[in-house]
Amino acid sequence: MQPELTILEPPRGWASINLRELWRYRELFLFMVWRDVKTRYVQSVLGIGWAVLQPLITMVVFTVVFGGLARMSSDGVPYAIFSFAGLVPWTYFANSLQTSSSSLVSASALVTKVYFPRLVIPIAPVLAKLVDFAIAFVVLLVMMAVLGIYPTIWVLFVPVLVLMMIVTACGFGMLLTALSAQYRDVKYALTFGVQLLMYAAPVIYPTSKIPEQWLGVYALNPMVGVIEGFRAALLGTRPMPWDLIAYGALPSVLVLVFGALYFRRMERHFADVI
Amino acid sequence: MSDAPTAIQVEELGKRYRIGAVEEQSDTLASAVARLVRQPIENLKRLRRLTSFDDDEADDIIWALREIDFTVKEGEIVGVIGKNGSGKSTLLKILSHITPPTRGRVTLRGRVSSLLEVGTGFHQELTGRENIYLNGTILGMTKAEIDKKFDEIVDFAGTGTFLDTPVKRYSSGMRVRLAFSVAAHLEPEILLVDEVLAVGDVAFQKKCLSKMSEVVKHQRTVLFVSHNMGVVRNLCPRCILLENGRMVIDGDAETVIGHYLKQAYKDSQDWGLRAWGEEEAPGGDEMRLREIALLADDGEITNVFDIRRPVRVRITYEALRPIEGSRMVMMIATPEGEIAFASIAPQVTRLEPGLYRSTCILPPGLLNQRVYTVRVVSDIPYVRFLLPADQDYLSFHLAGGGQQGARPEDRWPGIVHPELEWQPTETLEPARLVVTTRED
Repeated sequence: MQPELTILEPPRGWASINLRELWRYRELFLFMVWRDVKTRYVQSVLGIGWAVLQPLITMVVFTVVFGGLARMSSDGVPYAIFSFAGLVPWTYFANSLQTSSSSLVSASALVTKVYFPRLVIPIAPVLAKLVDFAIAFVVLLVMMAVLGIYPTIWVLFVPVLVLMMIVTACGFGMLLTALSAQYRDVKYALTFGVQLLMYAAPVIYPTSKIPEQWLGVYALNPMVGVIEGFRAALLGTRPMPWDLIAYGALPSVLVLVFGALYFRRMERHFADVI
Repeated sequence: MSDAPTAIQVEELGKRYRIGAVEEQSDTLASAVARLVRQPIENLKRLRRLTSFDDDEADDIIWALREIDFTVKEGEIVGVIGKNGSGKSTLLKILSHITPPTRGRVTLRGRVSSLLEVGTGFHQELTGRENIYLNGTILGMTKAEIDKKFDEIVDFAGTGTFLDTPVKRYSSGMRVRLAFSVAAHLEPEILLVDEVLAVGDVAFQKKCLSKMSEVVKHQRTVLFVSHNMGVVRNLCPRCILLENGRMVIDGDAETVIGHYLKQAYKDSQDWGLRAWGEEEAPGGDEMRLREIALLADDGEITNVFDIRRPVRVRITYEALRPIEGSRMVMMIATPEGEIAFASIAPQVTRLEPGLYRSTCILPPGLLNQRVYTVRVVSDIPYVRFLLPADQDYLSFHLAGGGQQGARPEDRWPGIVHPELEWQPTETLEPARLVVTTRED
């Protein structure tokens, strides 16, 4: 067998995304995801219960404040289930960004000692968060059953929405991780940035509140299509928002590609700057 | 071996780093306010500069490596030595693909694995078993490979019964053993090792060393970075010496190590003399150590001695008030902290305040060819210490060749190598060999 040849040279410009190498390290991906899942809730009393509690408590607060006090419209379903259906994907997205963007700094010991495809670092936590998402999703289904709400036929489309959600989270995750290696500001900005961003997505209010002429711009946030799609498919609050989903899909893929390329460009400096 | 194909080829390799610029201080309130406004912009500039090197010769750029050229043949084992900051670790980091070079080019034939401070991939909360898989995949093994070698790995680490215990409950020794074991079973074509052998107990270190020699026997290429000259000497027939990022010599281990030691001890701060002012001198309010000097027999202060000449250790101390019944002890120890012997200066019953000097002569034919450290302790026996114990003040190096039939340059085992008196060798007639047994 011919030994593999590695040539190390000063890097120039943009690096390509080495998919072959990523494939070769697929087991590492699995192990890193599994590690994140396994170690997330050790030595905590509630353990995986946190995956349920976080959106659930937020839902209660929203229901009291926005549903009760502010009388926010909820497209004809109880406000609680309305907000929870939005919170499940949103919590996933927000938590993914947060763990992903801090992943590199916490993996710094590894990065400065061993070589492996660095893309594993920001992506693994995004995938690991899917476990939390799945649990919260089951809770959503249980709540629907209790309230006697049945999903529409478009529930079959939910996996596509989930994929779009993952793609968006991965894209932003890689982008923010690459930035956070050099600028720790990302960490501080993200803590409240994610909270603010929630208002740019239809989590506490329905999209029907957005003026028609701004809808195109609004839907450039991929999470708009995802969240409204969730509600339409599961709660039947409205017809499937194909336009919103289509508007969001393009930026979502763009962010994924640009995030990966930017990450690859920056990764060569990781060992030197973190 | 010279016909073997090249495994590592390093050409014109250079690596530069930008060291963070010194932060400016604001000394007035106005400038502090101005700085508050200006600072984010300056921080941005500074952080951006960490990854851009447009102005090549700026003063905060350092070249960690410069113009490094060498080739390593398949199956060769090469030691890389040099002082801290000489670029050894940077070289390994480039070769192991962790950081890119700034100049030049490296060609590696075969799978590369590095043992750089093993165990960094361990997750505290996971069990030993889980960590073996996690760490193995991080280092580039497939799950199937790990499955195959799992028992061997556990066996080698000797942590069998703790396999399902979280690693955070392991002792640091166990952790290192497990980590090394995973890494040692990688079977890469090229192995890069950085100082791993400095860890673990002696028995385990031995095990690591024999594992390393085994690796070499399998025709694998090893690049070995270490401070431990003994280990380098044992493992590597060839050595490379780095100094300030440049390659000084590349040659057989003995020559290179000899060069390194000479340089290291000439350069070190304590080149054979340590003196203290009144304020910082070690000791208490009764006695202070003022100076320790090492002298060759021609009176020159040095710290590299010819093994065939005596070494003088001159201790100068000050009594600050009258002291009764004190003694001055000099100890010769190894850098590893083992005491070779202690010797007591002629006792003075009563020291009046003032300066005193004791000189001890270490005769030739006592010490070995190696590095020793000098400790000086003073106490009133069974009462109290006057000078702190366990403090190495100086080190020196004995070199220069064989005695008692040894080939030149040979180093004998043992901390000391005293010349002892032997009776002339006798020729025995078989009849004169009387076997006596003890009767009791």
